[in-house]
Amino acid sequence: MPAVIDVRDLRTHIVTRWGTIKAVDGVSFALGEGETLGLVGESGSGKSMTCLSIVRLVPRPAARIVGGGVLLDGDDLLTKTDDEMQRIRGRKVAMILQDPMSSLNPVFSIGMQMREPLAMYHGLRGRAVVARAAELLASVSIPAPAARLRAFPHQLSGGMRQRVVGAMAIAGPPRLLMADEPTTSLDLTIQAQYLGLLKELQQRHRFAMIFVTHNLGIVARTCDRVAVMYAGRIVEIGPVRRIFTQPAHPYTRALLESIPRFGARRERLAAIAGQPPDLATLAAGCAFAPRCPAAFDRCVEAPPETEVVPGHATRCWLHVPA
Amino acid sequence: MAPHTPPPLGAPRQSRDAPRPRDASGAPLLEVTNLTKHFVVRRGALGWSTGLVRAVDSVSFEIPAGSTLGLVGESGCGKTTTSKLILALEKPTAGSIRFEGREVSTLGGEGERAYRRSVQAVFQDPYASLDPRMRVGAIVAEPLVINTDLDAAGRHRRVAELLDLVGLPERAATLYPHEFSGGQRQRIAIARALALSPKLVVLDEPVSALDVSIRAQILNLLMDLQRRLRVSYLFIAHDLAAVAHMSRTIAVMYLGKLVEVGDADAVALAPKHPYTKALFSAALPIDFDRPPDEVTLSGEVPSPLAPPGGCRFHPRCPFAMPHCATDEPVLRPESGRLVACHLY
Repeated sequence: MPAVIDVRDLRTHIVTRWGTIKAVDGVSFALGEGETLGLVGESGSGKSMTCLSIVRLVPRPAARIVGGGVLLDGDDLLTKTDDEMQRIRGRKVAMILQDPMSSLNPVFSIGMQMREPLAMYHGLRGRAVVARAAELLASVSIPAPAARLRAFPHQLSGGMRQRVVGAMAIAGPPRLLMADEPTTSLDLTIQAQYLGLLKELQQRHRFAMIFVTHNLGIVARTCDRVAVMYAGRIVEIGPVRRIFTQPAHPYTRALLESIPRFGARRERLAAIAGQPPDLATLAAGCAFAPRCPAAFDRCVEAPPETEVVPGHATRCWLHVPA
Repeated sequence: MAPHTPPPLGAPRQSRDAPRPRDASGAPLLEVTNLTKHFVVRRGALGWSTGLVRAVDSVSFEIPAGSTLGLVGESGCGKTTTSKLILALEKPTAGSIRFEGREVSTLGGEGERAYRRSVQAVFQDPYASLDPRMRVGAIVAEPLVINTDLDAAGRHRRVAELLDLVGLPERAATLYPHEFSGGQRQRIAIARALALSPKLVVLDEPVSALDVSIRAQILNLLMDLQRRLRVSYLFIAHDLAAVAHMSRTIAVMYLGKLVEVGDADAVALAPKHPYTKALFSAALPIDFDRPPDEVTLSGEVPSPLAPPGGCRFHPRCPFAMPHCATDEPVLRPESGRLVACHLY
């Protein structure tokens, strides 16, 4: 299966007063049609920066993509001009962010906001725009879509707003959809509905999906593969079931053990010692070593990516044959 | 007015202005009966009443000494109003809150001040709840300045003791909140809440704002503190697995009403109310080979201004029957817990 998105050794650096931060430090993964990758990690681990780098929306001038490749259907996005990128964003690559209000303009009606991409990318005019917008709203299960086009974002509930953002995202339809914590601002029962909707849309349009979250429960339910990020690097990547049942990297293992689970109550949780790393003062070598219970002398050097079994890779000296 | 001096940590609790805690006999520390809070909605320049929000509607539960009650539900269900009523930040419309056997609304004067000292809170966002211009020592000492007659040296000792209790070095007292990470800030907030040796601490989403790898540290700390100090918790959170882990009892709220109350394991592992089932089916599966029964709800939470008649959950319930729209179910015992549902 040819990859829809193939990210190769992507590197994004942020220059600050305190030094250069390697926010994305050699990230590689590939995703096929209809496949979902869960990108998990703590805040500051580089999940969102990876997504922003893929669509080249990193905050300039401080942040700069300094190396690697982002191949969308074999075409490197990093070599595109700004005009070409503008035609790719929103059409071939769509994004859903955590807070729907940051994607919607509060002073325009839903219909007005949906009109712009439909007119720009699809050349629709007049009644055809309205009809297509209503159709898109209906496809994300918004009741009375024609009437909703006249509504303003503040008149909709959080779940409805996020559905509108979803409708705009699939207008392309996209080849790649990046969802950055799309359900974090939603209520629990609405979260389940929205995840179901995303899955349904993916089955219909066969787009590849990158799902950024720190909620491992959601990853277990919605993703095919999972990539665990720590300090700008993917420390482990593999099929969801494999990662959850046989994690190879000590960080993944510690993360899974630190989560409370049903039925294992009132015992102490296996907490991870220490603090998430400060990327500005990161030493060479494995970034997790200072918190790692299994750290040994080799950890002062950066571990290479090693395949544990085909399709399951990790960056840890424990898995590098001596 | 007797000034309040916190007892040394770990020492048996002596209560001077209330009967001894009845935890030996198993009677609850906090007993909430038919607690109700209505908010009148006023609109327009004349401020006429245009509606009534029944934020908390006839809610009853109890928290034994040294135990934890987990309160779960979606935003707008009345969790926070319930916690505000218990913290005496809002006055109930009806119903009673009894603390150590005494009705809180009739305490008055020194009794009420003693109650407020005994019930403290830790909130979600330690970036918002700590004054950025105060040193940590002053933040933790503030309740002592207001409520006790400890002198500066005594407060200093107590602050050091509290910081040690929450796992922070003594020198933390001289630093400012911005010099700490999220998890450490939440430790400071916990130290402040414990300054007056409260008997009940309301934990309103205490780990939601923290990094995943830090959450377990704080949950462990809270459990250790409970074991050492025999403090009771009202634990409010979205993370149901964390609630189940921390609590002895879980109460599930929907639109101001309790729909299921019972032993945490029973409610989490074998939920009975369809709403509880839907909530808990969203949590992490323990076993990939046996996925939990998934109940996905349709529709959204109705406006609390116009809750549906009968069972408030019936428009979204996959098992609704005709009489669910007309008869309101009451909490009834079912498989070792209380459930308000016509299915049982």
